[in-house]
Amino acid sequence: MTPHMLTRSLDRGATIFLAIVAACGILIPLSNLLLPADSFLQVPTYLVALWGKYVCYAILALAIDLIWGYCGILSLGHGAFFALGGYAMGMYLMRQIGTRGVYGNPILPDFMVFLNWQKLPWYWYGFDMFWFAALMVLFVPGLLAFCFGWLAFRSRVTGVYLSIITQAMTYALLLAFFRNDFGFGGNNGLTDFKDILGFNVQAEGTRAALFALSCLALIVGFLICRAIVSSKLGKVLIAVRDAESRTRFLGYRVESYKLFVFTVSACMAGVAGALYVPQVGIINPSEFAPGNSIEAVIWVAVGGRGTLVGAALGAVVVNYAKTFFTSGVLAPYWLFMLGALFILVTLLLPKGIVGTFNAWWAQSKEKRAATSVSAAAEDGVTEPKMAE
Amino acid sequence: MPAHLSARLCSLALSLFLIAFALPAFAGPFEDAVAKFANDDFSDTEEAIGVVAGSGNKLAFPIISALQDGRLMADPDSKKVYVTGADGKSIDAATGEAVASVPDSASAVRLNNRLRRSVDAALGSLTLQSPDVGTRLQAAQSVFKSHEETALEAVDAALAKESNKSVKTALGEARAAILLFKSDATEVEKLEAVATLKARGDQDALALLTGMGDQPDSVTKAAASAISSIQSSLAVWSTVQNAWYGLSLGSVLLLAAIGLAITFGVMGVINMAHGEMVMLGAYTTFVVQEVIRTRYPGLFDYSLLIAVPLAFVVAGAIGVLIERSIIRFLYGRPLETLLATWGLSLVLQQAVRTMFGPTNREVGNPSWMSGAFELGQITITYNRLWILCFTLAVFAILLAMLRYTALGLEMRAVTQNRRMAASMGIATSRVDALTFGLGSGIAGIAGVALSQIDNVSPNLGQSYIIDSFMVVVFGGVGNLWGTLVGAFTLGIANKFLEPVAGAVLGKIAILVLIILFIQKRPRGLFALKGRAVEA
Repeated sequence: MTPHMLTRSLDRGATIFLAIVAACGILIPLSNLLLPADSFLQVPTYLVALWGKYVCYAILALAIDLIWGYCGILSLGHGAFFALGGYAMGMYLMRQIGTRGVYGNPILPDFMVFLNWQKLPWYWYGFDMFWFAALMVLFVPGLLAFCFGWLAFRSRVTGVYLSIITQAMTYALLLAFFRNDFGFGGNNGLTDFKDILGFNVQAEGTRAALFALSCLALIVGFLICRAIVSSKLGKVLIAVRDAESRTRFLGYRVESYKLFVFTVSACMAGVAGALYVPQVGIINPSEFAPGNSIEAVIWVAVGGRGTLVGAALGAVVVNYAKTFFTSGVLAPYWLFMLGALFILVTLLLPKGIVGTFNAWWAQSKEKRAATSVSAAAEDGVTEPKMAE
Repeated sequence: MPAHLSARLCSLALSLFLIAFALPAFAGPFEDAVAKFANDDFSDTEEAIGVVAGSGNKLAFPIISALQDGRLMADPDSKKVYVTGADGKSIDAATGEAVASVPDSASAVRLNNRLRRSVDAALGSLTLQSPDVGTRLQAAQSVFKSHEETALEAVDAALAKESNKSVKTALGEARAAILLFKSDATEVEKLEAVATLKARGDQDALALLTGMGDQPDSVTKAAASAISSIQSSLAVWSTVQNAWYGLSLGSVLLLAAIGLAITFGVMGVINMAHGEMVMLGAYTTFVVQEVIRTRYPGLFDYSLLIAVPLAFVVAGAIGVLIERSIIRFLYGRPLETLLATWGLSLVLQQAVRTMFGPTNREVGNPSWMSGAFELGQITITYNRLWILCFTLAVFAILLAMLRYTALGLEMRAVTQNRRMAASMGIATSRVDALTFGLGSGIAGIAGVALSQIDNVSPNLGQSYIIDSFMVVVFGGVGNLWGTLVGAFTLGIANKFLEPVAGAVLGKIAILVLIILFIQKRPRGLFALKGRAVEA
């Protein structure tokens, strides 16, 4: 990423977004750690963990927006990549428990002792090292996405067919991870984590650091996405989204572009999952549920697809609403609201919050320009064309 | 002479009278025998078992089975014997009258190994001659399983009296099993036994033949050929059984997917709320049955016949409503349709959860759908059979409707070329609404059938939605025959994979196979060709 690319890729909205995320990433942990507990401005630890969860969701939403908003690939299985990244991190955290588990086995996690397994399965090797687990967080979702995408895009599975088979993929993984003999804790998943890199996962300091890291990951992810979509490659992606056949006839290898962006997106989702697990303290097969992946898509739709900022915003807004409504007397109505949100956003707000705001802003700017400089008409005001 | 006779009769009567008063119990062979249990002497007990078992008294079975379980209590002082039931209540073994409590001096009648064998044999023969056909059949089958030599006599006796055909066969097989293991049976008897077991031809017969030990050469040879013939016929039957399970699963898949084949296949609308239409159909059945239960209990057997049209109307009307209010604004935007209908499915689920509660509701089977029958070595349940027939009927009606009715013609016209159809005067938006209503209505009917084999809960639909899409995509969009073939292929493949890989792995394997299959043929088994593909 050259500095030139970086500046070109940042417009005003993106700058504001990055500034807010960076401010949150610095101020919230500081306020949590430094201010006294009774202070008005002190952010309690449970809120830090909760907002950390939202930030992870925002990274997942970014990943979905990158492929859906800019390349027209609607994946209903992105929750699978998220969960795979989470499991990779969960495996590392399980190995860190060591002899502090219920059965005190230095090598085998509790559930394996419980199932009477004698030795560690080969696919658990190496997860006691953080660098290996961190590599797997990127590698496993990336490899699955690469294989899946290679098969799907090469044979030109597009549109709703792709959506349906991605859903089948996450459903198959859901069934597999529910099995005890699959070696990932079955129904209960992985939990009871003790520490990460030697720090206690429950400690305030660790939580604050994880939150700051999540914000950093969101910023880096945003910059990567921004760099991709504003590069030449990004233009081809938009061309694929809008007219796939025409792009192919122009001589572009459509499937290679799609495969690249799909794999990058899966890796991002994996990172989001890996940051999510230590903050919520558990990973279980329900993360693979097809409903979760579809819900993640609606965050993007609410915020505005093809805007990146909107995706992150949508994830935070919808999840904040979810927390707010499901914890009060309105809990039985939350599903009504979520359902209505799906319907109303697609019917009435197809561009999402940010997309609609951008359109309105551009329109009003155009009007102002038209009224003030009607005399200087030849000074052609060109508006940046908004992405759909 | 008469005087002499009368005098003898008198003396007999007198002596009987005297005996009756001298003994603690009323004298009779059965009562005498029962009293012998109290003597605490093994040979007396054995005698008592023989007499009681042969007495034909209705207390015989409870007494002997109590003896076997150590529940027969005898009081050596009063010579009274009691049967204590599993529920703690006791009866007097001689009279069958209930007693308040067994005296403390009573203890369980003791048995040794020899007596235990005669108890088993006595029990076997008692149940073998029970007046109830089911009990006799069960007894014969248990003798077949145990093949105790001691039961041979009882089996022969029962065989001589038996008139019921299936019990007779079972007894014959039990006899064969005994003879096969009887060391002093003749070679001819053993050869006959092998032939009988070969005719039975199931897993149990196979186990007996393979485990029979040392036998004369001719018998071993006959057994070997019987084993191989049974094994090959068992292989055939297990294939038949898997095929039947597969057909049954396929019919369920087809039923769930057939409505989707209309909305997704013909109209191209991704309806993620399709499963919820199925659920609404199931809940309609529940409501119909509730009304029948409370108002007209006599109509219960007709509840499904009433529910089918009602479910069609309910789900169809909601389908038309959905099409008019949501889906028509989203034509040409399949991905948005997918999201909106997913939201709709959440709303419908939650609405049903609010109205009927989150737990499973009970939907009963009418009498003509309960039970099962045997076909060779496999059992076929009536509800599965009816669902298969029902599915095929729905499919046939739908096919005929699309081909021969005006609405069907209009639907096909709109699907093939919307603008041309509109120019011909077809009200395309009306056809859209009706088509969607039809697809939803059929999903509702599917719900009626599925309520018979699945839990009726708000989540009913969700479990079918992914499978239904798999069927439609696998079979090829826009082709009802493809859906039929797809459903049965997936159903049968699933059931043949299950014994090899296990239920969950089998399902995963099927999903992976479909994902791979779609790579190979992105448009399904029966793909539309030509311009319609890109549309």
